[in-house]
Amino acid sequence: MRQTAIIGIGQTPVREHWDYPIRGLAVKALRAAMQDAGTERIEGLFVGNMLSGALAEQEHLGALVADYAGFPGIEAVKIEAACASGAAAVRQAVLAVASGHLEIAAAVGVEKLTEFSGKFSSKALATAADADYEASIGLSFAALNALMMQRYMYEYGYSKEDFSPFPMIAHHNAQFNPNAMFRYPITKAQYLKAKPIADPVNLLDSSPVSDGAAALIIVPLEKISRFAGKGVKISACEITTDSIGLDNRENPIILAAAQKSARAAYKTAGVLPKDISVFEAHDAFSIITALSLEASGFVKDGQAPRLAAEGIYNIDGRLPISTFGGLKGRGHPVGATGVYQLVEATEQVRGCAPDKLQVPDVRTAMTQNIGGSGATVVTSILEKI
Amino acid sequence: MDIPRYWRLRNQRYRLEGTECTECGEKSFPPRCVCAKCKSDSLQPFRFSGKGTIYSFSTIYQALDTFDKDIPYSIALVKLEEGPLITTQLADISPDEIKIKLPVEMVIRKIYEDGEHGPIQYGYKFRPVLNK
Ligand SMILES: [Zn+2]
Repeated sequence: MRQTAIIGIGQTPVREHWDYPIRGLAVKALRAAMQDAGTERIEGLFVGNMLSGALAEQEHLGALVADYAGFPGIEAVKIEAACASGAAAVRQAVLAVASGHLEIAAAVGVEKLTEFSGKFSSKALATAADADYEASIGLSFAALNALMMQRYMYEYGYSKEDFSPFPMIAHHNAQFNPNAMFRYPITKAQYLKAKPIADPVNLLDSSPVSDGAAALIIVPLEKISRFAGKGVKISACEITTDSIGLDNRENPIILAAAQKSARAAYKTAGVLPKDISVFEAHDAFSIITALSLEASGFVKDGQAPRLAAEGIYNIDGRLPISTFGGLKGRGHPVGATGVYQLVEATEQVRGCAPDKLQVPDVRTAMTQNIGGSGATVVTSILEKI
Repeated sequence: MDIPRYWRLRNQRYRLEGTECTECGEKSFPPRCVCAKCKSDSLQPFRFSGKGTIYSFSTIYQALDTFDKDIPYSIALVKLEEGPLITTQLADISPDEIKIKLPVEMVIRKIYEDGEHGPIQYGYKFRPVLNK
């Protein structure tokens, strides 16, 4: 297998994009990434998306996006793994290039949610859970996260306010990211007063439904000098799975798939958690941020909220997380989220993040994209060349 | 939920029927195709007693479409006395009475009505154990 690199990145702002169809958003991000790479061609396209069929009545995004991007005829396919669809598509692009099958591949994540009523889109999002035994008896996505959060609070003795640092970090960072959806900070008082969704999960624990698209151009590491873009090495991109039902996990407050995926990524990249200088976390809900930090070996089980209170995950802390606002602040265009995380991590490694968000001397950045309540996890590690 | 799908689930929804592995004895709910522990496909139906304790819980204030008219309602992960966890709605209990470790038992209740003229679907919920 060859080593691979990201040579181009592109994104649309995360917004309510009522003026763009799904194909238009995807092409916009893809063309931006191709321009950044300095290429006019791609040989393969992997589209990460979860809900185009359920909501926009449009499947077959591989062929659709390839056609509208001006490349009818190339290999192109949609990859679906719930909220982890984006990084799962990146994984396929990486494998295609690493295997020698393609010389230049694109991964595009795209999702449009906001033009559909909230009830319709949350029902569609709940299809990531077990349809027969979770969603159809009344559990939304927030409800599953509430079950994890409640048990976590019980086992480790936390109260609701102990989770406030996570959305506060996200909103703080998002205000300096021009592509973020929520560009304003929030206070602990606002967090504690937010509308309950599924107790103890409230509105400010929850990432918003959003529209957006992000794209990466992936090439063999040894060929980056042929391109105009600034290359960043993909040291690992590892995908793992767990029981889809939360009730079928050995321990519902341990993300076993995240543990496996992170361990595999550290091994492939030959690094340790202490070598990571930036972590783009999948903060779909506050509890997931804590569980993801713990599963990735950054902190012992049950300790993440405690360390968050000390400020170590702040933008100027020891391990900055969600540096562009994360899912909570940048927004969570579901199937695009994993690609946004990698676009942002690339900016950190290249050293071209916005002033107030650039972490000094980033050599190694990690992203973790989580599908469902933890049933698919993709952990990626990027390194400076 | 379409009627064939609901009909397929009747033994789970009404009888709490899962599977027991004839090789290693592992009990599962929902029923499995292959034993999650030893990978044997020699499984037989196993009916759970419907007794357990609350492992975790939540009260829902913003629901999926179909359940909107029921809010607020409470849900839980229940640790069944035979071992597995089950995801369920709670019945006959107010949100401030719910506690982790509270003993609960299965009852059959209405899960949802598919519109004014659609079928009414019943299934398991769990309520606090009576006569305690
Ligand atoms: Zn067995």
